[in-house]
Amino acid sequence: MTRFMRVAAHLALACAVLPSIAQAADEVAELRAELQALKSEYAARVGSLEARIGQLEAAPAQVAAEPVQQPPAPAAGSRSAASAFNPAISLILAGNYSGTSQDPDSWHIAGFMPSGGDVGPGARSFNLGESELTVSANVDPYFSATMTAAITGEDEIGVEEAFFRTTALPSGFTVKGGRFFSGLGYLNEVHAHAWDFTDQPLIYQAFFGNQRAQDGLQAKWIAPTDLFVEIGAETGNGETFPGTRRSRNGFNGETVFAHIGGDIGATASWRAGASWLDLNAEGRSYEDVDQFGEQVLNSFTGKSQTWGVDAVFKWAPTGNSAYQQLKVQAEYMSRREDGDLTFDVEGLGLSDTCESEQSGWYLQSVYQFRPRWRVGARYDSLDSGRTQIALVDDRVLPAAAFPLLQAADPDRVTVMFDWSPSEFTRLRAQYAWDEARADGEQDRQFRLQYLYGIGAHGAHKY
Amino acid sequence: MCNFIRSAMALLILLACGPAQATVRILATTADWGALATELGGDRVSVYVATTALQDVHRVDAKPSLVARARTADLVVATGAELEIGWLPVLVQESGNPKIQPGATGYFEAAAQLSLLEVPTQLDRSMGDIHPQGNPHLQLDPHNIAVVAKALTSRLAMLDAGNADYYRKRGSDFDARLTQAITRWEIKAAPLKGMPVVIMHRDQIYLCHWLGLKEVAAIEPKPGVPPSAGYLGQLVSKLSASPPNLILLNAYNDAKAANWLSERVHVPVVTLPFSVGGTPEAKDLFSLFDDTINRLQAQNP
Repeated sequence: MTRFMRVAAHLALACAVLPSIAQAADEVAELRAELQALKSEYAARVGSLEARIGQLEAAPAQVAAEPVQQPPAPAAGSRSAASAFNPAISLILAGNYSGTSQDPDSWHIAGFMPSGGDVGPGARSFNLGESELTVSANVDPYFSATMTAAITGEDEIGVEEAFFRTTALPSGFTVKGGRFFSGLGYLNEVHAHAWDFTDQPLIYQAFFGNQRAQDGLQAKWIAPTDLFVEIGAETGNGETFPGTRRSRNGFNGETVFAHIGGDIGATASWRAGASWLDLNAEGRSYEDVDQFGEQVLNSFTGKSQTWGVDAVFKWAPTGNSAYQQLKVQAEYMSRREDGDLTFDVEGLGLSDTCESEQSGWYLQSVYQFRPRWRVGARYDSLDSGRTQIALVDDRVLPAAAFPLLQAADPDRVTVMFDWSPSEFTRLRAQYAWDEARADGEQDRQFRLQYLYGIGAHGAHKY
Repeated sequence: MCNFIRSAMALLILLACGPAQATVRILATTADWGALATELGGDRVSVYVATTALQDVHRVDAKPSLVARARTADLVVATGAELEIGWLPVLVQESGNPKIQPGATGYFEAAAQLSLLEVPTQLDRSMGDIHPQGNPHLQLDPHNIAVVAKALTSRLAMLDAGNADYYRKRGSDFDARLTQAITRWEIKAAPLKGMPVVIMHRDQIYLCHWLGLKEVAAIEPKPGVPPSAGYLGQLVSKLSASPPNLILLNAYNDAKAANWLSERVHVPVVTLPFSVGGTPEAKDLFSLFDDTINRLQAQNP
């Protein structure tokens, strides 16, 4: 042991002495370097003076005429202190002209309980879309805050997102709270103005009423690896479709998601993910017509679980997306619901068990073939499965009492063409062959859309 | 067992005494800042460059690979002045990395160290892609590189205090080499002074300003706005009357419009590297300017 201590003492001494020797050596080297630097600087100055003399001798008149351009001084801070901290504000204006071969008011996705969202082909003729107003800034050294309000053409204001986000947590953690678009899937977090088509894929319309926002908390962690690995979890009040608010304390709407991603050479990049959502619905009502053609209000109470996978791939020649870029994305989702279905809540109020397993997917591709011009195509498909309604199986009610829940395989083909003269303008034409309607009719939908962004320059996620 | 404990303890003591060997992880937005970080940081830094010289740095996706690099970075070296506005804020926000948030020691913007050219007096997007803080393409004037290098040296010394002397030494060495090179370049390029040129986008402004090239027209009528047929027609008649010596193109630019113009006004197009890696010859910051001047001279009659 004593030998060990001696060794240790020697080591410690060596460690203490070495740096000072090294420092002395460093200082000498530093002095030398400074001397060298001075020498070369003088050499350089003499060289440049000689060059100038040479130039002046060669062409005195020409050189003298050249004025020396001074870089302008940075703009002086002339704003008052009160407005200097104004947050970044951006406003998106959207609108469209829409033509459909079928009446959009009777549009329902066959085989699926309506999600209650602002889904479907939308109204005919000219329509003002949602105007998105986003205000954001850092709050302090620990938090940032963002709010996006959507002002609809029907003169309603909705809070699309309003959340705080941590900026100072260590080790790759971020916590978000308030109302925010859930991190599930790929398209769920994308705001409407950044969609590649005028509308969302059918799975998003059927499963989440376009996009699932959550009032709650989200925690996200990014792994310290060169491969992008992100894991996130959310909880909240579960209020939005397919959940409902429940009159009880605690959590609803547990969501977990994971993403991985990376590059393939310098020209391509990708991201893939998986998500899972567990929700409870209490008296989630929807309108249908019964076997006599009378309007009825039915409701579902039970569990709703959704899982999904998503993948995105982007490619550009030499990785330069300014000229050409190809983007391919696909998502699959599957939902299981298990609970009680009440027929005619306001009248008969018959109730019994109900089970369904429904799924869907889409594949879309957008190609920017020259700067500012893009074309895209999308295929959507849903499978409603057979909803097992005990009221029907036990012959209490005929299947015709639930027309919207008849088994169906809705699908849709969409093509798109858009032109973006700048980063802040997009004009788009879209045509869709929609075979999702509950009445089985094919709806041909044509839409022209404009999108304008003013204010702060936005930055988009991948 | 006793032996093992002894060696383990000795190793621990050695580790505790020894100099910190962990490298500073740097995420540079462009190849130029990557090259500069390598010049200054040597083997004490590991550098990841987010883009290549063949990419338009205005238009980059906030790719997952970049978020992953931002997550583990100790220092982000960016151009600033909103050049990377479309993607860098997303990386910083998504990274969950407090070290690289704007305002932190680990967030460095080159443009913040200088007075920029073309600071707009009026801000309106009808004027195209203008940058409120001025023209951000500052790397094509080596005097700017020298200023940025000094600031980055002190930033590295602040961030990694244990190696401060190492960075300062490399910094002064780089400065000496750059100063010498600038003299050499300026002597070599002196005959180019006053040469009329047509530029593509306003990202060659600093080069023109440094070498005294006379920018007589830009192929983009406004920053970021591609030329219309009508505008190109006007350009042809204007330039035919008094032809420039060269049309300058960057490695990442599409050559179509420049070639079209070149055929009509009979003026050669010269493709410049613009950034380290833009041409096979432009391997580092020194060869970037060597190659730029060589190419300008080779095409200049």
